[in-house]
Amino acid sequence: MAVKQYDAGVKEYRETYWMPEYTPKDTDILACFKVTPQDGIPREEVAAAVAAESSTGTWTTVWTDLLTDLDYYKGRAYAIEDVPGDDTCFYAFIAYPIDLFEEGSVVNVMTSLVGNVFGFKALRALRLEDIRFPVAYVMTCNGPPQGIQVERDLLNKYGRPLLGCTIKPKLGLSAKNYGRACYEGLRGGLDFTKDDENVNSQPFMRWRHRFDFVMEAIHKAEAETGERKGHYLNVTAPTADEMMRRAEYAKEIGAPIIMHDYITGGWAANTQLAQWCQDNGMLLHIHRAMHAVLDRNPHHGIHFRVLTKILRLSGGDHLHSGTVVGKLEGDRDATLGWIDIMRDSYVKEDRSRGIFFDQDWGSMPGVLPVASGGIHVWHMPALVSIFGDDSVLQFGGGTLGHPWGNAAGAAANRVAVEACVEARNQGRELEKEGKEILTAAAKHSPELAAAMETWKEIKFEFDTVDKLDVAHK
Amino acid sequence: MSDVQDYASSLGNAESRKFETFSYLPALSDEQTRTQIEYILSKGWNPVIEHTEPENAGGHYWYMWKLPMFGETEVENVLKEIEACKTAHPNNHVRLLGLDNFAQCAGAAMVIYRGQTV
Repeated sequence: MAVKQYDAGVKEYRETYWMPEYTPKDTDILACFKVTPQDGIPREEVAAAVAAESSTGTWTTVWTDLLTDLDYYKGRAYAIEDVPGDDTCFYAFIAYPIDLFEEGSVVNVMTSLVGNVFGFKALRALRLEDIRFPVAYVMTCNGPPQGIQVERDLLNKYGRPLLGCTIKPKLGLSAKNYGRACYEGLRGGLDFTKDDENVNSQPFMRWRHRFDFVMEAIHKAEAETGERKGHYLNVTAPTADEMMRRAEYAKEIGAPIIMHDYITGGWAANTQLAQWCQDNGMLLHIHRAMHAVLDRNPHHGIHFRVLTKILRLSGGDHLHSGTVVGKLEGDRDATLGWIDIMRDSYVKEDRSRGIFFDQDWGSMPGVLPVASGGIHVWHMPALVSIFGDDSVLQFGGGTLGHPWGNAAGAAANRVAVEACVEARNQGRELEKEGKEILTAAAKHSPELAAAMETWKEIKFEFDTVDKLDVAHK
Repeated sequence: MSDVQDYASSLGNAESRKFETFSYLPALSDEQTRTQIEYILSKGWNPVIEHTEPENAGGHYWYMWKLPMFGETEVENVLKEIEACKTAHPNNHVRLLGLDNFAQCAGAAMVIYRGQTV
C-alpha cells in the first residue's frame, strides 16, 4: 500500500485533479463548464482548479486530507474542448462521485458546483453549461408533483396546447377588479389565468382576498362554459412557513393549481412546496424571475438548461421556457433543447441544441413548457409548430389588449389555437400557411378578426445576446 | 363604444357551453372529421368513441361506445362506429379520442356531434 506523507504548501491543481485518462462512471454527476481563464495559465491547470474548488480542494494542502481517501471523493477534470468560434474560453468537463452530494438536494449539488469556484481569481469568467444527473441521483428527487399526463386528465385538456393569460397591470389592481379580469378571460375560453410574478400580498391586494375572488371567477366561468379552469395562485412569500399557509388555503378553497417563483423564492422552499403539492393533488406552476441574471451572459453564470434540470428535480408542473418569437430573449435551437429537457424521459446529447450530455430521467414525470411574453395571435401558428401540444401558450397583453376586452381576446386566441391544431393534424405546414389558416378561422370568429387587425404590425426582431456556441467568424 | 362587440355568453344561454378541443370552431364537416381520424390512425393511437347526455357532460367519464378500436387502421370503420353511436343516441354529445397507450393519455380528443346543450 502506497504511503502518503504530509507535505505542507501549495500544490499545482493538475497533479491531483486533471485526469484525462478517467472514464466517467454511470453514477457520476458530470458538469460542463465554459471557462475563461486569466492570461498565461495552462488550460489543464485551470480545469483542474475548477474541479478542485467545486469539490474537495482548497488552496493549500492540509493534514486532514490524509484522514480520508481524497482520490475517491475528488472531482476530476477529464476533458477539455475548444469553444467553437471563441478562443477566449474553453469547455472543461468534470466528473463528481455521487457520494459528494446529499440525496434529493439540488441545493447541495448547486452549492458545490456554482459555489466559491465562481469567484476564483484565476478565472476571468465561468459558466456552468450543463449537468448530467445520473439516474441514480434523479430517483432520489421528488420531481414534478403531477406531471403532464396527470394534469391533462385532471383538467380534461387533450390534443392541444393549453391556453393561459397573465393578468395585467402587473401591480395595483384591487382583489375584486383582479377577479373580474380573470373571470372575463376564463369565460372567453382560456384554461388558465395567472398571477404575475410580483403579485404576492401587497397592501393594494392581500393574498386571501385575491384567492377568494379568483375562485369565484373560476367557478362561474366553469359553470358558464362547461370546461375546467384554473388560476395560478402565487404563493411565493417572505418565508417558507407563510408560503405553506397560502398553499393550504388555496387547497381549502378548491384551487387546482398554485404558483411559485423558484429562484427568488429559493430551491429549498420550492422543493418543499412541490412535495406538498404531490401529497395534496395540487398542480404547481413555476415562474423563473431572476433567471436572466444568471443565464444571459454567454461567458459567466448558469445556462438555462441547467436551471431547467434543477427545476425538474426540485419539482414543478409548468416552467416558463421563453417563446422564441415574443419579446424575451431565446435562441430557437437552444430553446428546443431545454424544452426537451423539460418534457422527455430520455434526452440525447445534441450539440446543435446545446445539450452536452445524455440525460436519463428514469420515471420522473415531465414539465410543461410555458411560452409567455409579448406574444399575440399572429404568433400562434409558429408557437403551435415550435412547442407542440404539450405546452402552455400564455398571452397577457395578447388577451387583455383586445379592443373588445378580455373575453373576446381569450376567444380569439382559443379559436386561433384550435384552428392551428386542426390544420396541423391535417398535415398542413403552420409556419408557411399560418396567415391563410388564421384568416379562414377569422371568417366565423369576429373576435379573432378584430385581434388580427389590432396586432398586425407588431414584431420583436432583435438579435439574440446568448447564442449557441457555433463557429460564426 | 359602439364599435365594441359584446361577448354573448351566460349561465342562462345553453349555447355558451363548450366541449374542449375544436368546440370553438364550427362543427367539423365530414371531410374534416375524416382527416382528423387519419391523423389519429397515423399516430398509431387507438380511437375510442364516447357519448353523454348533455346534462352529464361535466364529469371525467362519458359512456364508452363499445370498446376502444385497438389496432384499427381504416378510417371508414371509425366513421361507421361514430354513426352507429349517433344513431343509437341521437340527443347525446359524441366525441372521438385517440388513446396513446405509451403516454397513457389521450393524444387527441374532439367533439364530433353536439347534442342539445343544457
